Amino acid sequence: MDKILEVKNLHVNFATYNGTVQAIRGVNFDLSAGETLAIVGESGSGKSITVRSILQLLAKNADINKGTILYHGEDLLKKSKKEMDAIRGNKISMIFQDPMTSLDPTMTIGKQVAEPLLIHNKVSKKEALGRAEEVLRLVGIPNPKERMNDYPHQFSGGQRQRIVIAIAIVDYPEILIADEPTTALDVTVQAQIIDLLKELQQKIGTAIIFITHDLGVVAGIADRVAVMYAGKFVEYGSVDEIFYNPQHPYTWGLLDSMPTLDTNEEDHLNSIPGTPPNLLNPPKGDAFAPRNKYAMQIDLEEQPPFFKVSKTHYAATWLLHPDAPKVTPPKGIQKRFSKFKKLGDNE
Amino acid sequence: MAEDKQKIVQVKHLKQYFNIGKPNEVKAVDDISFDIYKGETFGLVGESGSGKSTTGRSIIRLYDPTDGQILFNGQDISKIKSHGPQMKKFRREMQMIFQDPYASLNPRMKVKDIIAEGLDVHGLTKNSEDRDKRVRELLDMVHLNPEHMTRYPYEFSGGQRQRIGIARALAVDPEFIIADEPISALDVSIQAQVVNLMQDIQKDQGLTYMFIAHDLSMVKYISDRIAVMYNGKIVELADSDEIYNHPLHSYTKSLLSAIPVPDPEIEKTRQRIDFDHKSSFHEGQKLQEVLPGHFLYCDDKKAATFK
Repeated sequence: MDKILEVKNLHVNFATYNGTVQAIRGVNFDLSAGETLAIVGESGSGKSITVRSILQLLAKNADINKGTILYHGEDLLKKSKKEMDAIRGNKISMIFQDPMTSLDPTMTIGKQVAEPLLIHNKVSKKEALGRAEEVLRLVGIPNPKERMNDYPHQFSGGQRQRIVIAIAIVDYPEILIADEPTTALDVTVQAQIIDLLKELQQKIGTAIIFITHDLGVVAGIADRVAVMYAGKFVEYGSVDEIFYNPQHPYTWGLLDSMPTLDTNEEDHLNSIPGTPPNLLNPPKGDAFAPRNKYAMQIDLEEQPPFFKVSKTHYAATWLLHPDAPKVTPPKGIQKRFSKFKKLGDNE
Repeated sequence: MAEDKQKIVQVKHLKQYFNIGKPNEVKAVDDISFDIYKGETFGLVGESGSGKSTTGRSIIRLYDPTDGQILFNGQDISKIKSHGPQMKKFRREMQMIFQDPYASLNPRMKVKDIIAEGLDVHGLTKNSEDRDKRVRELLDMVHLNPEHMTRYPYEFSGGQRQRIGIARALAVDPEFIIADEPISALDVSIQAQVVNLMQDIQKDQGLTYMFIAHDLSMVKYISDRIAVMYNGKIVELADSDEIYNHPLHSYTKSLLSAIPVPDPEIEKTRQRIDFDHKSSFHEGQKLQEVLPGHFLYCDDKKAATFK
């Protein structure tokens, strides 16, 4: 497949009063045209920083001190501000989490949706507004012609998120970055927005990088999944590989700490003990080791490299080293393994 | 639900309106009735604006109910004065855990003073040694290091802060705790920690919980019975397994069909059920028991079909 984006060895530091926070500690991934990559992780794991680095939307105290971000082979980190302005919101655009604060309350929504076109394409105002109306219809705003002249406060949360999506796709971007686009929404509205994103992807063929902490949402939208912890990817693979054949104990923990509809109240939820490490002083070894009941001595001493599980599936855990002892994953994960076997048998 | 179970909370025709008589009148809670049994966890689910938080806040008397009765251990608490000995006594028996662990702890108070505030108000400890001892006990109970009692809230993570909120609620030895979305601001791996803790404490202390949330899979896991709210009304109430396996109201069905499940196979094949507000509500409907222990908001004609 055609790789349109390649992030290589990305390191991002933040200068704070307390010292340097190593927020991103060597992230590598690529994105192919038209696919959906989900990045999953908890708050502070660095998933938002990773995608904001692509568009260079980082705070002033951030320093991308290593790495390259290749977009069609050209390093975005070497682009001038002007060149980035031409890409941002045009070729690569972004949807933010909170629909309540990402719209301008003093501007009609028609103008807000048309704005990227006016900035990038230099089409006439009339054309831009016409296109805005078309896109608003596409994202499911009823009576777009009349509602173009309304202000954000006249719309519900779900409708506002549709408008935010309309702004992001009005220029038919090649890459759409969605940073927790449904977290602030109710479940029924969330379901509608996810269906909308999938539908739009088919219509305009954009690739999506979807950031979330909700594994349920990931299962519904992703082609590939990357799991992030303490500024690094710890495991990545196809959606089936991550959900049915997870290898990293952190992925096990995440999948196992969510109750499913058939979890009984008698059994305790399997929680991950402790809290993520402080990235002011990242641990020497595997950052997850202190919370990992499967941790070995080497986890405390040396960071695990990525071990290959399949052509598309890699996990950074010493458990995959040929010399590592065999461990028994949690029961819930074993159930997932048996499902993976069935899938393999069917193919 | 066994018949001999003791009712700790009885809500009868509770109404909570805001801006009464003005054009922007809101019927946040509109004539709801339900009972909560001693020792159970009662889940209240609904989407934003459904009135679930308002219901909790009315029961604990953060609001003055517009109409209806709230009985707590048989005594009507819906009209007791907001400042007075009766209210003070009631406040000891019912406590609340709030959603946002960042906004619900005073940033200028030490953890021990946050937790001991209730002890001070009710004069539950004799001297400062006794007070510190009790705070240590409480911190231990929520698995926080008692050595940290002189720290300030900003020194704790979200999950730890929520534990402080739980310790504060437990300080006055309540019988009944209302937890309003206690885990929705927390990360997935931390949510399970807090839920497990709440369940352990419930077993130890024989507490009754009302658990308000929008995360249906977690509510199902923690609750014995669940009420589903929509538009200020309870549309369905039953044992949690019953609600999930045999939902009757079209709103419940739609809500259940929207829960994302961390399983790609299920997600690929799922059918979402849309909910049509207009065709589901009309005059003459009320919450009634259509199957044993299973209540549905419907008219008499519909109820008769279950007989």
